[in-house]
Amino acid sequence: MRRVVVVGYGMAGARLADELRRRDPDVSVTVVGAEPHAAYNRVLLSTVVAGTMTPESTRLHDERWAAEHGVDLRVGCEVLEIDRSARTVELDSGELVPYDALVLATGSTPWVPPAEGLVEDGVLAPGVVAFRTLDDCAEIEAKAHRGAPVVVLGGGLLGIEAARGLAGRGCLVTVVHPVGHLMERQLDPDAGHVLARTLGGLGIEFRLNSTAAKYLPGDGLVLDDGTHLPAELVVVSAGVRAETSLARKAGLTVDRGIVVDDALRTSDPRVHAIGDCAQHPGTVSGLVQPAWDQAAVLADRLTGANPAARYRGTSVVTRLKARDVDLAALGDVHTGVDCPDSEVLCFQEPSRGRYAKLVLRDDRVAGAIVLGAPDAAATITQLYDRGIPAPTDRLALLLGRALPAEAASPADLPSSAVICRCNTVSKGQIVSAWRAGAESLPQLAEATRATTGCGGCKDAVCGLLDWLGASQPAPA
Amino acid sequence: MSVIDGQVTPGPGGLCQKGWTAGELLRHPGRLTTPLLHGRPVSWDEALDFVASRIASFEPDEVAVFGGGGLTNEKAYALGKFARVALKTSQIDYNGRFCMSSAAAAGNKAFGLDRGLPFPLTDLRSADTVLLAGSNPAETMPPFLRYLEGARLIVIDPRRTPTAERATLHLQPAPGTDLALALGLLHTAVIEGVIDKEYVTSRTTGFDDAWRVAAQWWPEQTERVTGVSAADQRAAVHMLAGRSYVLSGRGTEQHASGTDTVSAWINLALALGLPGRVGSGYGCLTGQGNGQGGREHGQKADQLPGYRKIDDPVARRHVMDVWGVSWLPGPGRSAYELLVAEDVKAMLVFGSNPVVSAPRASGVADRLRSLDLLVVADFVMSETAAMADVVFPVTQWAEEDGTMTNLEGRIIRRRKALDPPPGVRSDLELLQGLASRLGVPNGFPAEPAEVFEELRRASAGGLSDYSGVTYERLDSEQLHWPVPSVEHPGTPRLFLDRFAHADGLARFVPVDHRGPAEPPDGEFPLQATTGRVLQHYQSGAQTRRVGELLAAVPEMYVEVHPDTASRAGLAAGESAHVVSRRGTVTAVVRCVPSMRPDAVFLPFHFPGDGRANLLTNPALDPTSRMPEFKVCAVRLEPA
Repeated sequence: MRRVVVVGYGMAGARLADELRRRDPDVSVTVVGAEPHAAYNRVLLSTVVAGTMTPESTRLHDERWAAEHGVDLRVGCEVLEIDRSARTVELDSGELVPYDALVLATGSTPWVPPAEGLVEDGVLAPGVVAFRTLDDCAEIEAKAHRGAPVVVLGGGLLGIEAARGLAGRGCLVTVVHPVGHLMERQLDPDAGHVLARTLGGLGIEFRLNSTAAKYLPGDGLVLDDGTHLPAELVVVSAGVRAETSLARKAGLTVDRGIVVDDALRTSDPRVHAIGDCAQHPGTVSGLVQPAWDQAAVLADRLTGANPAARYRGTSVVTRLKARDVDLAALGDVHTGVDCPDSEVLCFQEPSRGRYAKLVLRDDRVAGAIVLGAPDAAATITQLYDRGIPAPTDRLALLLGRALPAEAASPADLPSSAVICRCNTVSKGQIVSAWRAGAESLPQLAEATRATTGCGGCKDAVCGLLDWLGASQPAPA
Repeated sequence: MSVIDGQVTPGPGGLCQKGWTAGELLRHPGRLTTPLLHGRPVSWDEALDFVASRIASFEPDEVAVFGGGGLTNEKAYALGKFARVALKTSQIDYNGRFCMSSAAAAGNKAFGLDRGLPFPLTDLRSADTVLLAGSNPAETMPPFLRYLEGARLIVIDPRRTPTAERATLHLQPAPGTDLALALGLLHTAVIEGVIDKEYVTSRTTGFDDAWRVAAQWWPEQTERVTGVSAADQRAAVHMLAGRSYVLSGRGTEQHASGTDTVSAWINLALALGLPGRVGSGYGCLTGQGNGQGGREHGQKADQLPGYRKIDDPVARRHVMDVWGVSWLPGPGRSAYELLVAEDVKAMLVFGSNPVVSAPRASGVADRLRSLDLLVVADFVMSETAAMADVVFPVTQWAEEDGTMTNLEGRIIRRRKALDPPPGVRSDLELLQGLASRLGVPNGFPAEPAEVFEELRRASAGGLSDYSGVTYERLDSEQLHWPVPSVEHPGTPRLFLDRFAHADGLARFVPVDHRGPAEPPDGEFPLQATTGRVLQHYQSGAQTRRVGELLAAVPEMYVEVHPDTASRAGLAAGESAHVVSRRGTVTAVVRCVPSMRPDAVFLPFHFPGDGRANLLTNPALDPTSRMPEFKVCAVRLEPA
């Protein structure tokens, strides 16, 4: 029987175990996780920080899962070494676990900016928390009381989600970001500024083009320009680095992450990598969708369900999860409106928090930023993901929910317009019946059956009656 | 037309054009009035003798019976008994499989009992919010909307239907993604804090397992798959918290994952604490005239009267005692599987037109054509009847007595108002005539009242217990099943104290999104969905014969976004081919700006090369055996 060993029990490792078991009840699956508890959904951590979800509800598995699914699960357990020639991994307990296929799903670790005092003796200083694990969330929750000054280091996607959640709890939040606008990987400068303005309206302050120089526990942060920011809590969300130490030690090819091909193989064909620790040319790290797509492909291959399965990359749609801020960004967003090879539309209304930019090539969505227009975001994402040609009415697409209004006045309706759908009664038939003497609603109903079905056309028929009555010459 | 009032339409009355014009069929010149043997008019005796002698030449399981959800309870019951006792075949199913089976399976899983609405229809009048998942009653059941006048409507439909136009909130998911949307709404309900935790704890079981799946469908993830914005998902769950109803229809049920999709809607309703309480709930909207009663009394492959399971030894014993037999066949195959089964040699079709209404219709037509014997009982020459070796002309609604059970589980009398034309007999007479020729002279009375008396006994003690229902009581009382004795007042509201599982608790069922069985690709880039128009009913065999209805909607059409039409080189009013892996439909183009550009809509009421079901995918739901009518991959091209 084939033995699959998965190192890492985060979102990628847990998903892979699920996908393996779904395809094959017999393949031997061992999962080794460093954290002491069951896998949880990291994507939902911002919801926990915002206080709308309990840590317990983020669990991907319950305590019965391993037994019920015949998975050999080792939590609170680290892998010290991979012996590729013997095909074993060595656990911190000293046990050697043999494998036929090894999967590294070791994830990533937070990157901490090199400011003085943030790290003490290799660990984060008191009052400094990364925004990465459930334990981090518990610590943030404990300190995030109403009125507490909090500094978030990093104005990327996760930093903003954390900042929004903390502001919602009543903290006084300042975001420190080294670049001139927020979320620069996903947004152009104008969009970044509209976003900052919107978040500013929700009580969040920003220090852009700034970095932290020094952390003073119990006091706050000094920035590179000398500004002092009081802080009872510093949340570090300045990016992540792929966790590759085990792979490096085992002599696998590592660049920014563990290099994998379309079969998700590392430089050793018996060792695979998925999720944040892996580096595949078709995707960026830090998002869950690529990890899930990779888990499905790898499970197809390892169980033989589809040995030809290949991972070709994941198209990335960035979607901010923050109450009262609706932001989607996808594809190439840095093309300017005057670019000759593309069709670029842009709409800005910073005062109402709206910014929409659409980049089209060959009639298809190549990139978009949609801020403050939820319908448009949903529609444009579907066009992008499904490769559907964009509608010719570009403006309606850009602004969202722009269906043509129904004709208003009874006078404007053509005679053929159907008034009562249930009985296919047209305006013309109602006018004829009225002229023939049916001048009240019951009489019209009797004559034409209009309003006798669902009754929804009653207002329209009454409107017609009023209009017909008004058109009658006044009695002499 | 007093015949209709209060019967065809429950409650306050009101009729759509189909109801007003239904009388035309009674006097229609195309009405069948004589049996046909290979197209030749013959006497009833000759036709019955022929059919009986042919049937006798086959093994029992080579003979199949295909019933209909429009048959009265008495006919549906007699048909099930006829198959098992007179034909001794296990091979019986009915077109309700294409209609209610997914909702029924999910209802049974969650509540231990399936009754379309487990509350009276009139309860909907007091609702604050009603969510309609894949239902378009403004066209399929207009009088029903009168019950919803006071409520805010959330309509879930890929199309902007007339129902959607009335909605406070229209959620327009991509075809085949309703299950993801329901999971997303459950997730959103949790993070928005509108879950009824006390109810979930005290009246349900299994939330945690269902949640662990829904936890992976946060609103933004759901938006990406469904196209329904996260903001609209939030708006929807806030509207649903309170006195609300979640109602499902065929749009969400007719999928290869239909049962799971309904389970996901029920999970949402349970999390919000809606079912089993006065003033809120979950229900499904029945499609055919007797869609509820038709699924209770044994014309379904796996069922015996009283909504009993055919593989339950106690149920079998009870029914065998009532029927006075010592043997019964076991479960048979589901509708589509039966229609294409290579080992079936003869088929008897009652109240159904599968050549138009079954998925992958050309394959079904080919299979029926190759049968040794096809027998159809109908009152007009449907497309299926036109292929039959023998056609029996039978009575229709105003010409027969009996009962129907409506969508709220209320038993309704159908009263005979006219004598049928000479030469026409009832289905019960037909079954009696065949049974006696097959050597079973007793047990198949032609009088509906007599059949009903036996149905009462056969259903006694079952889930849908009619034993306390009598024709006399129905004259003056509104009776919702179960009615376990003649003193019992009936059960308008189920589940108020407990659900029908042994522990009294409702079950959350953990389900996940799978997506359409046939995703679009380069060759077939569009998704086709099918449905009804107001003027027509089912396969159109009846409504296409009513002049006024045919004039309103005379020919097959396809609704497409104007851009999709022009990209295919088509303009409004032009003739198009809609092509899937299974066939080609010819249809007139209607440009509808509110359509998704990647979807087309086809009504399923037209015959010949306008049959929408030439395209549809017969991928079956693993539990309900429901075919995937509502989504398949197609392309559009000029005809």
